[in-house]
Amino acid sequence: MASYSTNEFRSGLKVMLDGEPCSILDNEFVKPGKGQAFNRVKLRNLNTGRVWERTFKSGESLEGADVVDRTMEYLYTDGEFWHFMEPDTFEQFQADASAVGDSHQWLKEQDRCEVTLYNGTPLSVAPPNFVELEIVETDPGLKGDTASGGNKPAKLSTGAVIKVPLFLSQGEVVRVDTRTGEYQGRAGKS
Amino acid sequence: MSWQPAAELQVLRRRAQLLATIRAFFAERGVLEVETPLLGSSGVTDPAIEPFIVPDGEVLDTPRFLQTSPEYGMKRLLAAHGEPIYQVCKAFRDGESGARHNPEFTLLEWYRPGFDHHALMDEVARLVQTCLGERPMHRLSYRALFIRELAVDPFTATRDDLALVASEYADTGSMAGDRDLWLDLLMTHVLEPRLAERGACFIYDYPASQAALSRIVQEDGVRVGQRFELYVDGVELANGYCELTDAAEQRARFEADNALRRERGQQERPIDDRLLAAMAHGLPDCSGVALGVDRLLMLAIAADDVAEVLAFPWRSS
Repeated sequence: MASYSTNEFRSGLKVMLDGEPCSILDNEFVKPGKGQAFNRVKLRNLNTGRVWERTFKSGESLEGADVVDRTMEYLYTDGEFWHFMEPDTFEQFQADASAVGDSHQWLKEQDRCEVTLYNGTPLSVAPPNFVELEIVETDPGLKGDTASGGNKPAKLSTGAVIKVPLFLSQGEVVRVDTRTGEYQGRAGKS
Repeated sequence: MSWQPAAELQVLRRRAQLLATIRAFFAERGVLEVETPLLGSSGVTDPAIEPFIVPDGEVLDTPRFLQTSPEYGMKRLLAAHGEPIYQVCKAFRDGESGARHNPEFTLLEWYRPGFDHHALMDEVARLVQTCLGERPMHRLSYRALFIRELAVDPFTATRDDLALVASEYADTGSMAGDRDLWLDLLMTHVLEPRLAERGACFIYDYPASQAALSRIVQEDGVRVGQRFELYVDGVELANGYCELTDAAEQRARFEADNALRRERGQQERPIDDRLLAAMAHGLPDCSGVALGVDRLLMLAIAADDVAEVLAFPWRSS
């Protein structure tokens, strides 16, 4: 991999730090009136998700990390791994629970996800921003009650539990924002 | 690709107004405006400053250096005429790019024969108040600042003491360096942000190892460089010296800089023999200061990024 000097550090650049793949979030150049210049760099550890700040002498460099983001189709889970496929090459990848994290509750077969590969292995999985999922369990719907504004918990086909309006019933398909876990509407409507 | 300027028209007007204010300030005080070359045959030796180098050209027999400040040329004028002088010019520093740094920037530099650094601080304060409005101007020695804020004496603490204090405030990984590295780290990471709360504050009398081109004196049992920095709202705005006038010591400092450059694997710089000859002829006792005009404008309009005050910042120049 190429190596990058502090003045090439940009948000989104993937580098190796202390043996861990990291994504740079922010890079601040500071220098006293005279003397040593520093770069205060915010990074996200892509293995742990932890964000921290490391200071470098300006001009120091880090190795790039072999990290790429790819759009893949979610296939299925066997309980231990979640399986994804590159749609063009049909190449398959299996992601473990630490890579999938909380995303598992939004994964629906055949949906397109962003899979981050590190040295060819899934490191993290981001579901689509919006998914459409079926309600598998909720209190009976209050027909016609579209105005009261109340809501109730509903369990979705992936296991996620979200809040939905009172008028929805089991078997209906809803649209959810996976970034907030919020109900957006009935599927097919906006 | 955008061809449009970064600074808004009203900011460009404010810049023009500031420059007019500065010129009126010095005209009133009988300080002569001068110009010295931006392309010099020698560059600064300071290992922490890198110039841009113009390698060749029809009239060049050796590479020329875009000046990182007009200091050497202005000191030659001082040696020749002994008059108070000022200059507003562009200066260039490679690698210095960020929210408060543009590699090409505007400096105001002036020299006052017969002033010590405290007298010059008085004048800097007046100029800043003229440009930014009346405000309290504080003064604190470098030593008092470190002792008050960090309970560590920057003149006597060991390198390991300083590294330990620094480790409380910053994750530096395997960073290694001398005492000055850790002092600079504490200054930039801890003290500069805290200085923001003090409004406008001069920090003066630096450790001799950070004297740069200032005179070194013995004070309270330690060697002190008679240098000052002005911070306004946490922004480092000006750097001044009670100037070193001794040519032999100046040569020794240039050579020490180059020795440090060799040690660190940096390119050595040709020493400015014309400056040394001028100093040997006789530089009057004087103080001088360089003030960042772009940063002054940033403060005037409360900008967070230097790009807001430049017509065309580095990336779109």
